[in-house]
Amino acid sequence: MFKTKDGKEIFVVDGHTHFWDGSPENQSNVHGKQFIDCFYAYHTNLSPPEQLWEKGRFEKYSEDDVYRDLFVDGPDDVAIIQSTYLRDFYKNGFSSIERSTSMAARHPERFIVNGSFDPRDGEKALEYIHYMKENFDIQGVKMYTAEWNGESKGWALNDPAAYKCFELCDKLGIKNIHVHKGPTIIPLSKDAFDVHDVDHAATDFQNLNWIIEHCGLPRLDDFCWIATQETNVYGGLAVALPFIFSRPRYFGEVIAELLWWVGEDKLLFGSDYAIWTPQWLVEQFWDYQIPEDISAERGGVQLTDEIKEKILGLNAAKLYNIDVEAKKKQLSAAPVQIAAE
Amino acid sequence: MTLEMLKDELELEIWQQLDLVTDPELDEPITEMGFVELVEVDLDSKVVEVEFRLPTYWCSPNFAFLMAFDIRHEIGRLKWVQGVKVTLNDHCFADRVNEGVNGEKDFNEVFREYCNGEELSAVRNKFLEKAFIRRQETVLLALEERGFSSEKIVEMTLEKLDSIRFDSGEEEKQKPRYRSLLVSRGLAKTASDRAFVTWDGERLTSSGLREYLGKLRGVRINMEFNGALCRGLQSTRYKEVEIGEDGPTLVDFIHNRVPPRRAETHS
Repeated sequence: MFKTKDGKEIFVVDGHTHFWDGSPENQSNVHGKQFIDCFYAYHTNLSPPEQLWEKGRFEKYSEDDVYRDLFVDGPDDVAIIQSTYLRDFYKNGFSSIERSTSMAARHPERFIVNGSFDPRDGEKALEYIHYMKENFDIQGVKMYTAEWNGESKGWALNDPAAYKCFELCDKLGIKNIHVHKGPTIIPLSKDAFDVHDVDHAATDFQNLNWIIEHCGLPRLDDFCWIATQETNVYGGLAVALPFIFSRPRYFGEVIAELLWWVGEDKLLFGSDYAIWTPQWLVEQFWDYQIPEDISAERGGVQLTDEIKEKILGLNAAKLYNIDVEAKKKQLSAAPVQIAAE
Repeated sequence: MTLEMLKDELELEIWQQLDLVTDPELDEPITEMGFVELVEVDLDSKVVEVEFRLPTYWCSPNFAFLMAFDIRHEIGRLKWVQGVKVTLNDHCFADRVNEGVNGEKDFNEVFREYCNGEELSAVRNKFLEKAFIRRQETVLLALEERGFSSEKIVEMTLEKLDSIRFDSGEEEKQKPRYRSLLVSRGLAKTASDRAFVTWDGERLTSSGLREYLGKLRGVRINMEFNGALCRGLQSTRYKEVEIGEDGPTLVDFIHNRVPPRRAETHS
């Protein structure tokens, strides 16, 4: 719960968080090391100085860290934990559904744990989707299209094998497909960050919600265009939001574009924890106004309190069928406590 | 001239050639982005060595290929150069990029191997269009700032544009770059041709100018956003945080992790 200066309580759903293990013990090779190093560079580059973490803690943080950073020091009411395996890089996976579910078991009312699959696994991917539904009753999955899998260095959402998986998701009621477009390496003749596969998949699977993390960055312009065409495409603000601190005017330009093209009902807050923590992000977001000259160029769009509330929690609550009033009541009856250090 | 002075002079020439190589995604010279880490000229053999590093291990490999080949191409244009060795450091595709750029095969041959037989020109074109848009928007906005009406802007000839001087800001930098792309693409051929057309060569209309500028803005915001991200990641790569009495601080280049940066001061 985020409390504004005038005492208003804002319901916060953190749409994009992780419980990963990127430690050297879990790394299989240099790629695993470079992957967590790249995350760490995002962290050190875009965090306010007082929010910086040491490398060791960043590589592998504890269950207590998660609870404290999200719910005690942080304003989250509910956090959506995403799974990312990166089996070619990490011995036990980068963040597995099993490890995250076991972490979440201490406060199940506060977490939604999403699964993940790799369509290139063929029949095994379909079996795995059944396994995740039966054992963890997942409502959503996280897709990382740049994941390496043997000779393959990436895939597209409209690959035939992926369509088989989405058909099954649709059938089993796994509605929310979070998509992270990383660089798909081959073929080199294609733009590595191309987001047009989102367009195809969203058109062909109207029952599914397509939440494009990082608003398709670095293809924000293409993403905006696609999101205006497709009613079931949403934008996750992770990575864009931290610019609110380091480059507030850029953030203004980005959020003005997003409000203009994508709209206030289709944007979701996400801290991308543990790259960033939600406390400072939500505080700064609540205090933020789009500079007037930037707003004027986009029909006067502005971040009103009402719009901020939607972005911070109400939009995600709709996608995940969270009854906000009931959830508030449930949470106030069971405040988060962590063991004293 | 001492040998050292000669070496400095030749290396300066190399840096000037490197200014012509841009990151296709950002339309910024790789020298300004701080990607180039080493320039070395061997005075006896006249072989030039260039090392570069991108902001992350995962930066788009096709761009890494393009930049590596562009480096080789621009340096190879200097008459005194007898050989070029280009090395990309710390990148997920580094081995193949380095093998490709320093091998016997030409650019297209190397690419076909990794492109399912397709040519790279489509992706290169796409990013040239983005560069065109960004440069054009800067000039258009600067002209509006100067008080030129929409009618005057859409009717403006290349000759007229050439007569306008910008002495500061982004427009001073972008105007010659815009002009060069406009002419090299054949979008304006003579002094009396329109100075502002779309990438497809269509004329602009005064009533459609605002909407057109809105479209250009979207592309520019995206590019600037990526530029800001790349610069930031570049500046923090291989740095780590130490938590001391006064809180966290970011410490430069952890020992024994990466070779020290040997970049010459680029003056």
